[in-house]
Amino acid sequence: MNNFKVLMNGIVKENPTFVLLLGMCPTLGTTSSAINGMGMGLATMFVLICSNVVISSIKNLIPDMVRIPSFVVVIASFVTLLQMLMQAYVPALYATLGLFIPLIVVNCILLGRAEAFAAKNGPVSSFFDGLGMGLGFTMALTLLGAVRELLGTGKIFNVSVFPEDFGMLIFVLAPGAFLALGYLIAIVNRLKKA
Amino acid sequence: MANKLIISLSPHVHSGDSVQKNMYGVLIALIPAFIVSLIYSGVGAAIVTLTSVAACVFFEWAITKFILKREKTTICDGSAIITGVLLAFNLPSNLPLWIIIVGALVAIGVGKMTFGGLGCNPFNPALVGRIFLLISFPVQMTSWPKIGQWTSYVDAETAATPLALMKQAIHGDTSALSQLPSSFDLFIGANGGCIGEVSAAALIIGLLYMLWKKIITWHVPVSIIATVFVFSGLMHLVNPECYASPTYHLLSGGLMLGAIFMATDYVTSPMTHKGMLIYGVAIGFLTMVIRLFGAYPEGMSFAIFIMNAFTPLINNYCKPKKFGEAVKK
Amino acid sequence: MKKLESSFKNMVIVLTVVTVIAGALLGYVNQVTAEPIAEANAKALSDAIAVVMPEGYDNNPAEAPDTIKLNGVSYKVYKATKGSEFIGAAVESSANGFGGSLTVLVGFDKDGNIKDYSLLSHAETPGLGSKATDWFKAGNKGNITGMNPGKGELIVSKDGGQIDAITASTITSRAFLNAVNNAYAAYAAQNGQQVDTQTGATPKVEAGTENAEEAETNVEQN
Repeated sequence: MNNFKVLMNGIVKENPTFVLLLGMCPTLGTTSSAINGMGMGLATMFVLICSNVVISSIKNLIPDMVRIPSFVVVIASFVTLLQMLMQAYVPALYATLGLFIPLIVVNCILLGRAEAFAAKNGPVSSFFDGLGMGLGFTMALTLLGAVRELLGTGKIFNVSVFPEDFGMLIFVLAPGAFLALGYLIAIVNRLKKA
Repeated sequence: MANKLIISLSPHVHSGDSVQKNMYGVLIALIPAFIVSLIYSGVGAAIVTLTSVAACVFFEWAITKFILKREKTTICDGSAIITGVLLAFNLPSNLPLWIIIVGALVAIGVGKMTFGGLGCNPFNPALVGRIFLLISFPVQMTSWPKIGQWTSYVDAETAATPLALMKQAIHGDTSALSQLPSSFDLFIGANGGCIGEVSAAALIIGLLYMLWKKIITWHVPVSIIATVFVFSGLMHLVNPECYASPTYHLLSGGLMLGAIFMATDYVTSPMTHKGMLIYGVAIGFLTMVIRLFGAYPEGMSFAIFIMNAFTPLINNYCKPKKFGEAVKK
Repeated sequence: MKKLESSFKNMVIVLTVVTVIAGALLGYVNQVTAEPIAEANAKALSDAIAVVMPEGYDNNPAEAPDTIKLNGVSYKVYKATKGSEFIGAAVESSANGFGGSLTVLVGFDKDGNIKDYSLLSHAETPGLGSKATDWFKAGNKGNITGMNPGKGELIVSKDGGQIDAITASTITSRAFLNAVNNAYAAYAAQNGQQVDTQTGATPKVEAGTENAEEAETNVEQN
């Protein structure tokens, strides 16, 4: 597989949200607006790229039986790093996403890609896998966030499209996240078939 | 075995029972409640009900034709009309048109056609629509007009419903319970609330008609009503200042409408009598828990919705024994 | 390179090395970011205080807050002074809302009139209770600025008071006003301790304490 294919694989064919259904907890929890979804996606992408590259570089140094704990330590370190950096330099974004940043540790995408890809491939293609998966995740979360924000409050990226009185509050709340995600998955599957 | 198994050669005599026949039977049973709503809410009730029915039938037709691309439309079986009427009966009579249409789209589109149409939906479509609207538009969905405003629609004056008053009593407002209308008013329907839920008398006439025509059995409504009566009775005995009497709980809000028409939906309620009793008792219990301890004043729709989700499990648990199955030793 | 074998020795060494490297890295970054984080937090607080406080103070109120204990609950009081004259204070207070605890910073001028407020944190329903962020500000329906809880407790109109509750969010509104009333009680108590009688605040102390007690019973009923 060449690197471009690896990249596109994460964005379209094996999109982590719409196809692999990985990392549902942050997906449903953070996408109350487009900007939150994008922030969460980018933060995950950062950690994913770093952990993928590091894990694929040290994969031969790690005995098989302790690979999972080692991967978890690597991932958790990057998440904590990210948390501290965001808190220090972008406190506004941290205020909205703060609760969910530690959740990246348990996001199955990271461990899933570490196991399924980084542990078997070199650092370069692992980088592209992390980038592709991260972009796919970011795009899915932004899309879901945009749909929920539009239907729930009549805005996209805080730009008003129709008056807020016509917004359906359920889409800002948790049940709306499930509804919107379900229909987006259905639509994506339909489009992929066509 | 008490009943002999009758085996005969074909042709079998058909009882004449069909989906259509049952659906139109339910519609007839809903007429008294509709008449009462016209008497108390006037033109608003008519507008909301007609809009809801028209929108439901339209969405059913459009989705089967354009999205599912089925040859035969299913609008003639009457189930979309029932969904429309039940949805409207669960709405205040001053709701703006566009919200009703959104509700109808969700009821038919999300609640029913997404799962494949009549018979495949795990939840009562009208309930899906109502709950969607209740969570999405809490302000509009919880301002009910005062009764007797014949000609006004969206501009009608609003007032607190009996259920809201009961909730205030639980929150410590001791004078709230004394503002409740008399139980006779509640019984005939002279109080604020959603279009179809106000008159217990009219709904009970509908129940009697359906029982007579054998459209539904007594198990679900009776077990819900009995559970609510016992639960609220106990709470009333414990603290009569804080908790309203069981009569009020039975006659107010969507309890009668839910117990008689929403919970008994064929598709989403259990099949065996034993299952129906479990289902009914659980609905009654959940309703009271939400009404007394929850954030919302009314818990009927949520209770039915939750138990709809448990229906497959109840069906599995109460499976009738297969004929000829060996007895376990 | 061949993969390392899963022998006991290898596993212990690898896990130790991995955790030590990770730990060292985190420790370093923690040290680097500690200062910016503290600065960001302090800035957020002093920004909030600047919004709710009377203008023209020349000290840094966020620096040394007084802690006032009333009925077993402690409140942080940030005092603003001009020269050495006391001109007002911001009080941090919280109450149980619809979705959880809500914390509000209320600014009072030296006579105990509400200057402004800032909702520091809350867990109210988006689109309903979350409207409390500016519902009670000047120019909006539930305006509380300029009112003095010492002269009359703030109560929602549904319970016979004078403040319009947020539409369909009475519980949030009650909780919010409770928090404000409690903040006033703490403000009054602190004034009684610190400021001489010329501000006229001392007589209000008792009234304020009563408010706090009443407010607490309200919380329980909710």
